Amino acid sequence: MELVSQHVKQIMEECKVRARDQGLTFDDETLEYIVTNRDMIELSPKVMIPTLYDYWVHDVRVLSGKGMYEAYPSNPYETVINTRPAISYYNDNNPDWLNVMIFYHVLGHIDFFQNNLFYKNTWDVDLTGQALADKRLIAQLRSEVGRRWVDYVIEFARGIDNLVGYQKELDRAFRDERKKRMSRSDFYFDVFLQKVKTVSHNDYLKEITRYNECLKNGEDFYDLVVSKYPEFDELYRKALHARSDEQLDVMEYIIEHSPFLRAEENKWMKSVIHIVRNTSLYFQPQIRTKIMNEGWASYWHEYLFMRDDRISGHETDYAKINAAVTSLPKVGLNPYALGMRLFQHIEEMDDRGCYSFDYFLLKDEVGKKKYDKGNDSGHDYIFKIRENMNDFTFINTFIDQEFLDRHKLFVSGKRLNQQRMTWEYYIKSRRAEDYREMIIDTLYHPPEIHVDLEKTKDGVLYLNHKFEEKPLKTDYIENTMVGIEFLWGGPVHLETSEPSASAPDTAYSNFWDPSTPAGGTPPPPPKIEWKRVRYVMENRKLHKREI
Amino acid sequence: MITLDELLERDRQREKDGFKRKIRIGRIVKPGSGGKEKIIIVPTTVEEKLVHDEIKLDQPPDEGEASGGTGDGEEGDVIGEQPVRPEEGDGEGEGEGDGEGPGEGEGGEHELEANAYELGKVLSQDFQLPNLKDKGKKRTLARYVYDLTDKNKGVGQVLDKKATLKQIVQTNIALGRIPDPSLIDPTKFLVSPQDLVYRILSREKDYESQALVFFLRDYSGSMGGKVTQTVVSQHVMLYSWLMYQYDKQVETRFVLHDTEAKEVSDFYKYYSYKVAGGTKVFSAFKLVNDIVEREALDRDYNIYVFHGTDGDDWDKEGTQTLAEIEKMMRYVARIGITIVEHSYVGAKQTEVEKYLKNSGILKKYQDHIKLDIMGEDVDDSRIIQGIKHLIS
Repeated sequence: MELVSQHVKQIMEECKVRARDQGLTFDDETLEYIVTNRDMIELSPKVMIPTLYDYWVHDVRVLSGKGMYEAYPSNPYETVINTRPAISYYNDNNPDWLNVMIFYHVLGHIDFFQNNLFYKNTWDVDLTGQALADKRLIAQLRSEVGRRWVDYVIEFARGIDNLVGYQKELDRAFRDERKKRMSRSDFYFDVFLQKVKTVSHNDYLKEITRYNECLKNGEDFYDLVVSKYPEFDELYRKALHARSDEQLDVMEYIIEHSPFLRAEENKWMKSVIHIVRNTSLYFQPQIRTKIMNEGWASYWHEYLFMRDDRISGHETDYAKINAAVTSLPKVGLNPYALGMRLFQHIEEMDDRGCYSFDYFLLKDEVGKKKYDKGNDSGHDYIFKIRENMNDFTFINTFIDQEFLDRHKLFVSGKRLNQQRMTWEYYIKSRRAEDYREMIIDTLYHPPEIHVDLEKTKDGVLYLNHKFEEKPLKTDYIENTMVGIEFLWGGPVHLETSEPSASAPDTAYSNFWDPSTPAGGTPPPPPKIEWKRVRYVMENRKLHKREI
Repeated sequence: MITLDELLERDRQREKDGFKRKIRIGRIVKPGSGGKEKIIIVPTTVEEKLVHDEIKLDQPPDEGEASGGTGDGEEGDVIGEQPVRPEEGDGEGEGEGDGEGPGEGEGGEHELEANAYELGKVLSQDFQLPNLKDKGKKRTLARYVYDLTDKNKGVGQVLDKKATLKQIVQTNIALGRIPDPSLIDPTKFLVSPQDLVYRILSREKDYESQALVFFLRDYSGSMGGKVTQTVVSQHVMLYSWLMYQYDKQVETRFVLHDTEAKEVSDFYKYYSYKVAGGTKVFSAFKLVNDIVEREALDRDYNIYVFHGTDGDDWDKEGTQTLAEIEKMMRYVARIGITIVEHSYVGAKQTEVEKYLKNSGILKKYQDHIKLDIMGEDVDDSRIIQGIKHLIS
């Protein structure tokens, strides 16, 4: 792994100027490294961060990556990591002209990382530096308490690192910025009187009346409050900074309240859990903006490359590689292709002024096709989208029937043909709603699991899984809960919902041939009955109880 | 970089600490030319978390997962199909037992290898067979290296300029375009596309880690019934374990003998052949010595010899046999001899046992030769114990 040559760097700096001219914004400093395929295999389990802490699962991945490479060699072109300064890797097989194309792609990513609001909490972090500090701490802990036990704590912490409160952290960051904190009066009436002092209903109403009168007469309501409760201001100040237990995610709650971690000899585990939690938080925005991020980068490499005169003579080489990266597959999903086309579609729709009520009211296809207000505002519009949206809002808002028809997209289905013993792929739907739903189903969506504060008592940690018509993967529950029990130091309960099929409405629907050929009515889907169940983990044994 | 063995060792430690094992051994199948697929052994693991699952109800899998797509066609049109059972050498098999069961049209040999592999895995994990000693040579998972060494005319990756120039000169001499070697005018050369010599990527066998195991079996007339079964099942286990532990990097040779020894090409033949004849144990050892000498195998390989017999030998003093064993001691890493006694032997010693013990050879080379004696009615755990002893 080495830095790119001065010659290549110069080409890239030129790319930056051209990208900036089109409106992309990013820091001046970037770091570029040349890597081999082997380096890539070794880096990818560490999410491409060379300084990430060592962990055996990474080693397992590297070994299997090498085996995979031996059987099916691949040649990844680039990778970017979101850090300050942004670091990108280039395959040592890439020719110069290809690196120009790739560098535009990379600039698209960097622009996205540094402007999309979902990345706000990563903007001020030098991730590689942070990771290095973490790696050293973990190495030190390994030598102090033994590799094994550090590895177990990492494993158990990683077992719950998808339950981090990413949205809450983001929310907190924006609130702090806009100073939208709890006002003094909110605190006084909602928290202080009700939860701290627990005054009677009558007294509470009296205080409200007094507050309103003070407001009318221009008197300072808090004079009396402070003289009556000298501790009030201090409590208010604390409340502004403290996070209540309701705001803690599962990992934080365990760090704060686990009796096991409180013991002097176990305190080091908290640092490990912190590291795992922070690393997970760092990658949350990336998982949630994959289609947009890749789409945005692909959009810009195409746009900028085609206008770059330095690469003339390589148009066909470019076309080949670009097609491989951004073609829509006959069956399957390609986030590069989908995101890029959607950005292009949005730009064009907005240029014509289609995101308007007038257009919405149009009913005829011809009128829709001809509709053009000549707004020419699409360029600015997609910049706003890259700033304010994530994959869910992007897909949910902008995949429309026009987009599907334009690119002949469809939802493909797969069904068993029992006579031929083959899987048949067929066109299931060409409706935008179905396509949208299909894509949204593929998006990252970890279960929402919180600590139930009321039921967490007597040494039992009680976790509650919010019902979203999705069951948990039961195979993984046991080992994950063994880990939580270890970190908590006591029994752990997990409440969740499990489905079971209830009898179909009509008995004869059982006789439907599952391989009903196209055109036949599919059997009605069986009704699902949901049951609330509770998993109990105690002394590394798992029990299931119905509620 | 940590090795697979170290990872597995750590995984065993988990069990002692009261946690379940996490590492599984998976295989990636690389389709090769001529139906010769290559299997690459890789470790796999799953990081378990609380994650959403699809709703699975107990009903036939009539519908697979929906995905995206693009192209022409009406809703409901079938756009392609794929066999439910992947054909041999098709795609990858990840994780064990994943689409890799013996399918139709596969030969017996392949089937055995797959099963042997599974069995070996069980043996290594459940019975904790000790590892064979490493002769200071590093084992790696990669068996092949790729190098730009092969030459090819016309097309290729890197133009070999020197070779190309030679070729051009040759061609032009042949065409009579160089009448005077002292006065060559390169501008007059005719260059045919076939004159361009390129270097191309070639697959080179990596000889870094080599162990060679000879399996010797007595298939004489006296070896009837259970004795053969026992010897064979011990060798099957040994073979399976080697397949697993050494990731098919171990080369194996098979020798059968009665009064004469012969080599057979694969394990299938090795364990299934039957014959009725006399017994001359030395013939097998002699054959091994001849093979090793003829092919100069001792230079590159750690050589292991495992012999299974009922202990009967026409050469009652074992002079010839002992001489051959003595000869073998110069290069061999381990000889493991298994004697499976017929129940009628009782408390007496068999010939082979007698002369081996009397000769003092077992003591003299105690690191290099092991003898295991068992009755014909033993169960699997005794057989496994025997293996442990033979390779201890």
